[in-house]
Amino acid sequence: MDHDHYSDAYIRSILTSVKTIAMVGASPLNVRPSYFAFKYLAERGYDMIPVNPGQVGKSLLGKPFVASLSEIGRPVDMVEIFRSAQYAPALVEEALALTPQPKVIWMQLGVRHDEAGARAEAAGLKVVMNRCPKIEYGRLSSEISWMGVNSRTLSSKRPPMPTHGMRLSLSRQSVGGAETPAADRAARTHEH
Amino acid sequence: MTERTPGFATLAVHAGAQPDPTTGARATPIYQTTSFVFNDADHAAALFGLQTFGNIYTRIGNPTQAVLEERVAALEGGTAALAVASGHAAQVIAFHNLLTPGDEFVAARKLYGGSINQFSHAYKNFGWNVVWADPDDISTFRKAITPKTKAIFIESIANPGGSITDIEAIAAVAREAGVPLIVDNTLASPYLLRPIDHGADIVLHSLTKFLGGHGNSIGGIIVDAGTFDWSKTDRYPMLSAPRPEYHGIKLHETFGNFAFAIAARVLGLRDLGPAISPFNAFQILTGIETLGLRMQKHSDNSKAVAEWLESHPAVAWVNYAGLPSNKYYALARKYTPKGAGAVFTFGVRGGYDAGVKLVSNVKLFSHLANIGDTRSLIIHPASTTHSQLDDEQKTKAGAGPEVVRLSIGIEDKDDLIADLDQALRA
Repeated sequence: MDHDHYSDAYIRSILTSVKTIAMVGASPLNVRPSYFAFKYLAERGYDMIPVNPGQVGKSLLGKPFVASLSEIGRPVDMVEIFRSAQYAPALVEEALALTPQPKVIWMQLGVRHDEAGARAEAAGLKVVMNRCPKIEYGRLSSEISWMGVNSRTLSSKRPPMPTHGMRLSLSRQSVGGAETPAADRAARTHEH
Repeated sequence: MTERTPGFATLAVHAGAQPDPTTGARATPIYQTTSFVFNDADHAAALFGLQTFGNIYTRIGNPTQAVLEERVAALEGGTAALAVASGHAAQVIAFHNLLTPGDEFVAARKLYGGSINQFSHAYKNFGWNVVWADPDDISTFRKAITPKTKAIFIESIANPGGSITDIEAIAAVAREAGVPLIVDNTLASPYLLRPIDHGADIVLHSLTKFLGGHGNSIGGIIVDAGTFDWSKTDRYPMLSAPRPEYHGIKLHETFGNFAFAIAARVLGLRDLGPAISPFNAFQILTGIETLGLRMQKHSDNSKAVAEWLESHPAVAWVNYAGLPSNKYYALARKYTPKGAGAVFTFGVRGGYDAGVKLVSNVKLFSHLANIGDTRSLIIHPASTTHSQLDDEQKTKAGAGPEVVRLSIGIEDKDDLIADLDQALRA
């Protein structure tokens, strides 16, 4: 897998197949990117689990925080790492120790750890690094177009009116293979 | 299955636009409304807090405007865009993202006269200081960089002379200095030249010109290339620091490679106010659908008129980068192989008076202060657009007393040549 560029087909296959997402580093502060992404993905119908040992006993948008991946107690399809890259190797090991194993390790925009990614891939997991699932979902559904963002997709089909809790079609025609080398260049230079 | 990459003409028609979800309308509707209702209080709070996608108020964004933004971003190869009321407004909003009082930016000396005025005078009141450099001598850009420099600004094809700027050479200076390169691509349009492919970090347009293309609507746009790392230093706090306007959000961290466009919208447009009208956005969007067809015709006509002028006895010189005799011909071959644009200058024998006489005698060309119309336009910069500059500034900007500027339209080229011929003979 080329982690500098992901095809839309690859991202789409992940976002349309996973249902349960454990977000490690989910923040209860409503100005943090993890809060934005958690709330949006929950609204789009994903079963979200906030993982943050400092928040146990509280809940995020109605979902109780858990201390670690091993304490979730039910299968998760995807682990999203919303922590700086130095924590990625230990979190990948923790994810691989789960039974059943998750299908996807997703590292947030600005987070990339090639060794940890390679370890997860060697165990048969799909890996995405340095991307935001909210941005990618909004892009492939074109919902992000409301903000003047280039979704790099086209469609001649009439879309449904998005409502709360609704899953949107991500199958619009892609433009240019969805490569974002520019984004990578910007993000890679300030890795944590 | 490999994913097809649509061509320019397909993107010009389709990018950003889909059938309207409510009515199925295929053309993009004009959402002529000031405001948008919220689903509930939580939705309203999420929109104001930038947590979710959607519309609040047309001073911040509008669905018709959003289609225009995505389309231009797609054509330029950018990550996002923000459309505003005019090209001048686009410049103010872009610099507002970057500059604080006492900061400097380096700008090419050869620019649209209105930009020279804005940078020289209006910006002084903000404490933003322009330092001029010569786009024909790249070393002048390097020498102009100081610890206070926050950006470099150039035009891809420079107004009024139609000279071609060596974008890659200046992008290298910007990278070395650690500042973003802003390119005004108004005269080329993305059909002829895409500055992001050559190292631009931000692309600006006056949409009023070739993108709208029909001389009927004023607009401007800021395109984010997504290439600049705003968080590498603390020099761009609008993007990298917690914003008090939004309870401490860091825009670059949150929005990644389209943070500049978001900052332009939620910090610049929201607080300074130069919103584009939905009707103008619609007109410009319709114009863009034929951009490729028009730009090729504009460029082909321009080459024919320039070649004819070059052999005319009443003409002292012709400055069109598409002519092999031109000093910018090699740069034009590199940067604008499909054509060197439709705006260029020539010198009439007889100086200032001959220039004034020519613009009075034309019958098909319109004497006015615009470019990039379907109609052919003519102006004598020394007596109009550049009249507020002193003589030295005029000459340095390529607007000396004998200079006449043409913006060639999409009429039949023989009719344009016949009109200039009768006017030069009269």
